[in-house]
Amino acid sequence: MAVRTVGDGTTTVVREKPFSETFIGEWLTTTDHKKIGLMYMVTAFFFFLVGGMEALLIRAQLALPNGQVLDPETFNQMFTMHGTTMIFLFVMPMMSGFGNYVVPLMIGARDMAFPRMNAFGYWVLLFGGVFIELSFLFHSAPNGGWFMYAPLSLTKDACGVHAYKCTPGMNADFWILGTTMLGISSITGSLNFVVTMLKMRAPGMSINRMPLFCWMILVMSFLLLFALPSLTAASALLLLDRHFGTHFYGFAYGGDPVLWQHLFWSFGHPEVYILILPAFGMVSEILPVFSRKPIFGYTFIAWSGVAIGFLSFTVWAHHMFAVGLPPIAQAFFASSTSLIALPTAVKIFNWLATIFKGNLRFRAPMLFALGFVGMFLIGGLNGAALAVVPFDYQVTDSYFVVSHIHYVLFGGSVLAIFGGIFYWFPKMTGRMMNEKLAQLQFWVLMIGLNLAFFPMHLLGLLGMPRRVYTYPANMGWNELNLLSTIGAFLVGVGVMIFLINLVHSLKKGEKAPSDPWDAFTLEWDTASPPKKYNFLTIPIVRSRRPFYDKKNPEIADWKSVIH
Amino acid sequence: MRKPVFRGTKPLALTGVLLALSTILLAACGGSPSTLDPAGPIAGRESNVFWLLLIIAAIIFVGVEGMLIYSIFRFRERPDSPPAPQWHGNLKVEIIWTVLPAILLGVILFITIQGLFDVAKEPEGKTVEVTAYGHQWWWEFYYPDSKITTADSLVVPPNTWVKVKLFSNNVIHSFWVPQLTGKTDVVPGHDNVRTFKADKPGRYTGICAEYCGVQHANMRFDVVVTDNFDKFQTWQREQQAAAANPSSDLQAKGKQLYLDQCTTCHGIVGVLENYTGKEDPTVQCVNPEKQNGCLIGPDLTHFGSRKLIAGGVLENNVDQCQPGGDLSNCNLAKWLQDPQKVKPGNDMVIGQLSKDDIAALVAYLESLK
Repeated sequence: MAVRTVGDGTTTVVREKPFSETFIGEWLTTTDHKKIGLMYMVTAFFFFLVGGMEALLIRAQLALPNGQVLDPETFNQMFTMHGTTMIFLFVMPMMSGFGNYVVPLMIGARDMAFPRMNAFGYWVLLFGGVFIELSFLFHSAPNGGWFMYAPLSLTKDACGVHAYKCTPGMNADFWILGTTMLGISSITGSLNFVVTMLKMRAPGMSINRMPLFCWMILVMSFLLLFALPSLTAASALLLLDRHFGTHFYGFAYGGDPVLWQHLFWSFGHPEVYILILPAFGMVSEILPVFSRKPIFGYTFIAWSGVAIGFLSFTVWAHHMFAVGLPPIAQAFFASSTSLIALPTAVKIFNWLATIFKGNLRFRAPMLFALGFVGMFLIGGLNGAALAVVPFDYQVTDSYFVVSHIHYVLFGGSVLAIFGGIFYWFPKMTGRMMNEKLAQLQFWVLMIGLNLAFFPMHLLGLLGMPRRVYTYPANMGWNELNLLSTIGAFLVGVGVMIFLINLVHSLKKGEKAPSDPWDAFTLEWDTASPPKKYNFLTIPIVRSRRPFYDKKNPEIADWKSVIH
Repeated sequence: MRKPVFRGTKPLALTGVLLALSTILLAACGGSPSTLDPAGPIAGRESNVFWLLLIIAAIIFVGVEGMLIYSIFRFRERPDSPPAPQWHGNLKVEIIWTVLPAILLGVILFITIQGLFDVAKEPEGKTVEVTAYGHQWWWEFYYPDSKITTADSLVVPPNTWVKVKLFSNNVIHSFWVPQLTGKTDVVPGHDNVRTFKADKPGRYTGICAEYCGVQHANMRFDVVVTDNFDKFQTWQREQQAAAANPSSDLQAKGKQLYLDQCTTCHGIVGVLENYTGKEDPTVQCVNPEKQNGCLIGPDLTHFGSRKLIAGGVLENNVDQCQPGGDLSNCNLAKWLQDPQKVKPGNDMVIGQLSKDDIAALVAYLESLK
């Protein structure tokens, strides 16, 4: 409250603080990319906890044969919501959050290109997310699986007289409307990223000097811009089928259920790269700093990301090998899928070369980044196996696929996200996180995730289909399911350790210097946390490691390397 | 700050331990419908591909994780470490590690496409044709040559190609018999076909592998491979016969109960008036306006000869269902007592039956061999 004394002090004017300057008002009305980024991350983490609890309920039900924890309908809602929550409400907004916070700092900008649209995107995400999860209150959570296959997702009229059991309730409507809202948020966010990175880089930061994290966010943004319309269109048609009597997907009146699959997966496959590319970016930032070396093969990592981006639009039908496409079409999609493995392999080799002969410092971000490389490799290998069509016939829609997606998304994206949090936490909050707890969390997560997800490979090979709420005791699946459940709960413990660390560090963490890791990129050349305006003067960039150059003028990159 | 160094290796060691552990478990898990225990050429082809892939993947896994572990051990920062070399990349190395995996992927792709066309090949010689009709949530099998319909059990001869036409008029299902063939989806409006051959007699578990609603988990079936082709033909002739007449008062009472309560959904040849068995579902059950010949429940003419009840949720344990005996372990009695408790959400609607009524129905239905 400002008190201004006028004249000889007889009049006192009290200036009421406007709402936008109160603590709550500041967060509600902010257009600062750092605040919005943090809000994205906190929201995403909240949904991570929600999705995690859904996962634990699923695993509790499947711990023993003929489980009685959930009834079948609730179970089906749980696995649908687990997938939907983790993909749309956790990983995507979390990556947006990192991007929002870090990208402007990395490219030496003062904010995103469209700050108000940025805030709009966040609030739409929040309401969309809350909207979807509120469906639980009506016992009408979406129950058609996260890819909502038609005609199961149709209402009674549309899916034929003989199929009484499509999804007549509001369940699928929550999903359609909710994901459409999230789509709006992602489109605004992506546009913003693209324009920011193309137009607002600091002087001297040509596009091929941009940090790799920015590159990956850029590719991710383009993927979102081109992939989301397909989902929105598919959902709009589904809504019309459900409520307005059209027959795009219902076979009885001449529609085709496979149309949904093509439309959905032509969004859905780029989507999985949307979830993993920013993780590639984070790892490409963390590994060099903690190896005391520049990233090996910058150009190859950047362009393999771009190649993945393009190729990801040509592989969608590898989710549909069992649908009965003609063999020649299957051969095409098997080929494109093999091709997309190549740029991914190139990335892994470059990361290995980055740590090779480095001086490795095993702090928490590095542990998670190394864990990422080790686990993502498994997800890559079993993913490449899924492209081998004759084998895919056996394991698609079995627990093998569940294992694959979790090695990629948990062993990949989630480990990278934790690495990113430990890496940038000092910058974001001005405090260090507790290293001991972080290491403990890492090991608990590593054991937990392998215990949870490795047995799923074997379950799939042993014939266990996915999305079953129960299984008989005589199938030989009991021990592996129990192991998997134990692993899932260990993962839960790991996340609890993180929460404790988070709360503890926010309150009592050691004060962080502006550059705790002796890092290379511009975000570390600001205060911790950065001021509202980010940089007092906009830095001038002469190489890919501008902050390294500033700290080591004699051996600066721009003196020795041409780029 | 120095941190314990060797920690970074444990996840990988752990994976190795897990791998070993799981192999033991895999060996211990008897009775699974395992894709790695094939009983026919299609599944055999598919499992061969798996072993080949496993070898390739294992080599890459060991190479890459080995490199990672080596670096973690070897290159930790020590107080006396010289500054790390500031390498920015090397074009030659990049080309090598792009081309090498490309060649490997090319080889795998060759295997893929070869296998893919192999599995899709039209079978030669004698074939048995069956239409598999995916209901929510059980399987019906119609044999167009002999015009017989059965449920939950697909009976086929050994060493003969079986051509399964996959039909659904509701949602998508997926036809999967892990030991005989990989999946092919049953898509409404699409004429998908799956062929397979069984090398040896036996019972093999079939599973619906595409999420199809609330009881997706309980949509199994049996592939029963007869001892030889003659036995298969004998079985077909038995199935073509009309239902056996009741041979006791109890069975006669059961027959009457069937006529009073069950005829909206279930047909029995020779008992239900104007019913001569189900007709080809791909003809009868397509048009949404008229589905007269398309009864919603399974045909019961030879119920007593089946091994499973209601999409495999229960075994049809005939020996526990003897008339006059204790029916407390009889699965059919359990099912008739409260089908919604056994399989919540299924189509079976039945009024509360008395103990005597259930005994009569069980006696009658199990007599329909």
